[in-house]
Amino acid sequence: MMRDTTENIPFAISQFSPAQLREALRKMHLIRLFEEGAEESYMRGLIHGTMHLSIGQEASAVATCMELTDADKITSTHRGHGHCIAKGADVGRMFAEFFGKETGYCHGRGGSMHIADVKTGNLGANGIVGGGLPIAVGAALTAKRLGRDDVTVCFFGDGANNEGAFHEALNMAAIWKLPVIFVCENNKYGMSTAAAYATAVPNIADRAVAYSMPGVTVDGNDFSAVAEALHEAIARARAGEGPSLVENLTYRWRGHSKSDRNRYRTKDEIEEWMTRDPIARFRAELIAHGVLGEAEADAVEVEAKDAVAAGIEFARQSPTPAVTEVTKFVHAEVAA
Amino acid sequence: MNAQVQIDAEVRELSYAEAIREAMAIALESDPAVVLMGEDIGTYGGAFQVTGDLIDRFGPERVMDTPISELGGAGVAVGAALTGLKPIFEFQFSDFAALAMEQIVNQAAKLRYMLGGEAEVPVVFRMPSGSGTGAAAQHSQSFEAWFGHVPGLKVVQPSTPAEAKGLLLAALADPDPVIVFEHKLLYKMKGPVPAGHYITPIGKAAVVRPGQHVTIVASAIMVHRALEAALRLAKEGIEAEVIDLRTVRPLDRETIIASVKKTGKLLCVYEGVKTLGVGAEISALVAESEAFDYLDAPIQRLGGAEAPIPYNPDLERAAVPQSPDIERVARQLAKGEV
Ligand SMILES: Cc1ncc(C[n+]2csc(CCOP(=O)(O)OP(=O)(O)O)c2C)c(N)n1
Ligand SMILES: [Mg+2]
Repeated sequence: MMRDTTENIPFAISQFSPAQLREALRKMHLIRLFEEGAEESYMRGLIHGTMHLSIGQEASAVATCMELTDADKITSTHRGHGHCIAKGADVGRMFAEFFGKETGYCHGRGGSMHIADVKTGNLGANGIVGGGLPIAVGAALTAKRLGRDDVTVCFFGDGANNEGAFHEALNMAAIWKLPVIFVCENNKYGMSTAAAYATAVPNIADRAVAYSMPGVTVDGNDFSAVAEALHEAIARARAGEGPSLVENLTYRWRGHSKSDRNRYRTKDEIEEWMTRDPIARFRAELIAHGVLGEAEADAVEVEAKDAVAAGIEFARQSPTPAVTEVTKFVHAEVAA
Repeated sequence: MNAQVQIDAEVRELSYAEAIREAMAIALESDPAVVLMGEDIGTYGGAFQVTGDLIDRFGPERVMDTPISELGGAGVAVGAALTGLKPIFEFQFSDFAALAMEQIVNQAAKLRYMLGGEAEVPVVFRMPSGSGTGAAAQHSQSFEAWFGHVPGLKVVQPSTPAEAKGLLLAALADPDPVIVFEHKLLYKMKGPVPAGHYITPIGKAAVVRPGQHVTIVASAIMVHRALEAALRLAKEGIEAEVIDLRTVRPLDRETIIASVKKTGKLLCVYEGVKTLGVGAEISALVAESEAFDYLDAPIQRLGGAEAPIPYNPDLERAAVPQSPDIERVARQLAKGEV
């Protein structure tokens, strides 16, 4: 579809088909409901450990992945449930992983912090802040060397931009002109530490200058703004022109992890950001532009709800790994 | 239990985390050169609430939140230590020290030596360590042997609140870099802690339970698992001597050798991966010593599985020694069934 510039139509509405937009809304609901389901399962003792919820950041995940195919790769973060779903993972297998089951994406070995779906191009969440940045550059190097046109999107947080790995990765991506898009989800804090305190530049996108790549900052809760920024960055990457840095300004509604007491931010700030709900905003936009009716939008949410309920049920019924198999997957299994 | 404690000191029940915080508060109060550095150690109080309210008491100049920059942060601590400050640098998880190996191993550990004794690096690295929290492969490791392999570093592993405080104060008083592995599962554990300043000496192990049938050398959480096992074995008439290692580098050869000469049986229990782990070194030092002639059975080791720590809770438990494992092997040793 050609972009209609004659009217005040958001980029995404003119760029994507109604079916694609409907699917995007469904995925945003799915992320929210998946995480609410995970939170509840954690409360009921079905999930142990900790988890990092991305509720409030759904537009960033889904809009970023809008133009990616299964051949395109992403590297994700500790806050990676949304990225995983946006890239096309099945929530049943995700819940199974959270429940530590053999049917989970990582056969119960990884849990929330290592959720991955290699078949849909998700190379994995990461327990190490910044861990995915050089890996994404490596994935882009593969595509370039093998003459493929797939691109890699590297998700990372505002906190990660102060790791040495960030700077080393961006520099190499730039000098080798690799097809990688660095997507910073700037939710204002790395755990309790404000980006404004920890980072020497006002915007993470300002870092792009040092590595000779385009850098843009967009409203990460505006689906269309994110989709448009990614559209340009992906086109540049596929054309062999090299990497870009996109910064999505967003906010996490929940604490950093299950043990956060939110002492570093105010209730007012949280509530103010909750009025900028990316899902409600996208839904309203789709309805306003006649992509969906109210009833259809409601149906999309119900669909996502059903998928989450079915996913939890699948996970509950699934078998656990055998305790004798602790060392399975350490190395490739060599046929005897 | 702790010979170094002055008997007249007031003793309170504190948690392991509180004891560490108390040691840091004493250090901050008594020495203006002491600074705390780390991620989210200020307002947040640290990922495990160890620094807690120290930011309110000592301010952000002494309790410094760093950006998420382990290599740089550790290096700043090394540079500051080299020039007159005494930083206590907290890694949020010991796993993240892997990002700072350069500054710890290539710089901090070697500067005194490389500069022919003309410089010193009195830095303390605190590292929450170990498995059992469901945090999986990158948040559950036990790196004692890694750092214990590096001349120039000292490596301690407190197992009780009193030790945690005493070893941290000893680390601070030490003119060289010291790594303190704090076990995450112990942070909430309570125990008697003397008030005021005292030191638990680095390089000294403690016999925490005397016995004559088998020696169990353990550290951190494994001390508690060994003591539980010893209690059950005692009901069968097997008296295990449990040694709390406390320091991984330098190892307390005398205490270990004396115990093995008495019992003739040695079981090493450690959470790090079994192969090339702390227990391998202890086994070797006993085999090389005069205690060798006293051995009545092959030395046994229980260590972590040859795998990353898995997420699934049953697998996670199976990946490191548990009390029934210690009980089983110690019993076999005592009964001459090995
Ligand atoms: C190397 C490393 N350092 C520290 C941590 C602990 N940690 C996990 S997430 C996090 C904050 C990350 O902030 P940011 O990159 O902004 O991502 P967000 O959590 O806001 O999504 C920290 C400090 C870690 N996992 N890895
Ligand atoms: Mg952040």
